[in-house]
Amino acid sequence: MRFGIVTFPGSNCDQDLRYVVEDIFGIKTDMIWHKEDLENNYDAILLPGGFSYGDYLRSGAIARFSPVMDSVIDFANAGGFVLGICNGFQILMEAGLLPGAMKVNDNLKFVCKHVKLQVKNNQTPFTGQLEKEQVLNIPVAHQEGNFYIDDAGLEKLKNNQQIVLKYLNKSENPNGSIENIAGICNQERNVFGLMPHPERASEEILGSSDGRKIFESLISKIKEGVN
Amino acid sequence: MEWLVKINIQLKESILDPQGQAVQAGLNALGYDNVIDLNVGKYMELKISDLKNEEEVKEQVDEMCQRLLANPVIEDYRFNIEEMA
Repeated sequence: MRFGIVTFPGSNCDQDLRYVVEDIFGIKTDMIWHKEDLENNYDAILLPGGFSYGDYLRSGAIARFSPVMDSVIDFANAGGFVLGICNGFQILMEAGLLPGAMKVNDNLKFVCKHVKLQVKNNQTPFTGQLEKEQVLNIPVAHQEGNFYIDDAGLEKLKNNQQIVLKYLNKSENPNGSIENIAGICNQERNVFGLMPHPERASEEILGSSDGRKIFESLISKIKEGVN
Repeated sequence: MEWLVKINIQLKESILDPQGQAVQAGLNALGYDNVIDLNVGKYMELKISDLKNEEEVKEQVDEMCQRLLANPVIEDYRFNIEEMA
């Protein structure tokens, strides 16, 4: 099994992700510079958090046109698993792999704290090891995580069960995100984006290991496919 | 021929602009009670060359706005084009 982690100029969670995937789960990992193509056969591509291109213009807007993204889009369209965390989620939306867009947080602040999330769909490759309605304690760290989608788009997300994670309630919602949405997948379930950082909650020493289950779900799904 | 293009990008009218609300609250706090709506947007100026006429400029700027400069999910844009001497 081999994962690829894309590093954009301004990514700052790429090494945290590598640590979790490689050191905690023992999975071979390539760090892929944004100017390269995907050269190996990967079982999953991860887009890390950070501030690609300084968040200039809009978060993720310029990273979306990094050379590597053409092959990431091809990889996703061919059914490959793609996980976008925080800025990675924003890039996936800008690239059109996930619907919607991010606005500035309602309170205009950069919010960095643990929040309670609830699993709304555990029938995805990224949440299979979780229980439906299970509550997770995972930190967020962003200023543009206020998920927006128009009414028709929201209806579609609901009908297709694409809402994977929600903030537990309005008071846990750190950004004003519509319907407390924290993470969504595409219709095919192989692309998943979320604002919270599961890689920052993968060891008890960090205050929570609830994020591990996201990686465990993905790894176990890939193993299933191999068997 | 060179052209100067001035582009305004703003959140769609139907979308709440928290930044605009905060700035408006600031003006209201200064006593400007008659400011009843405020939206914060982005303004860009760019120079563009090697196009034959305004129609071609319009076409290219429109495409650039849709592909990168604005996010059509949440933003509207408008622009005007000036011929440079």
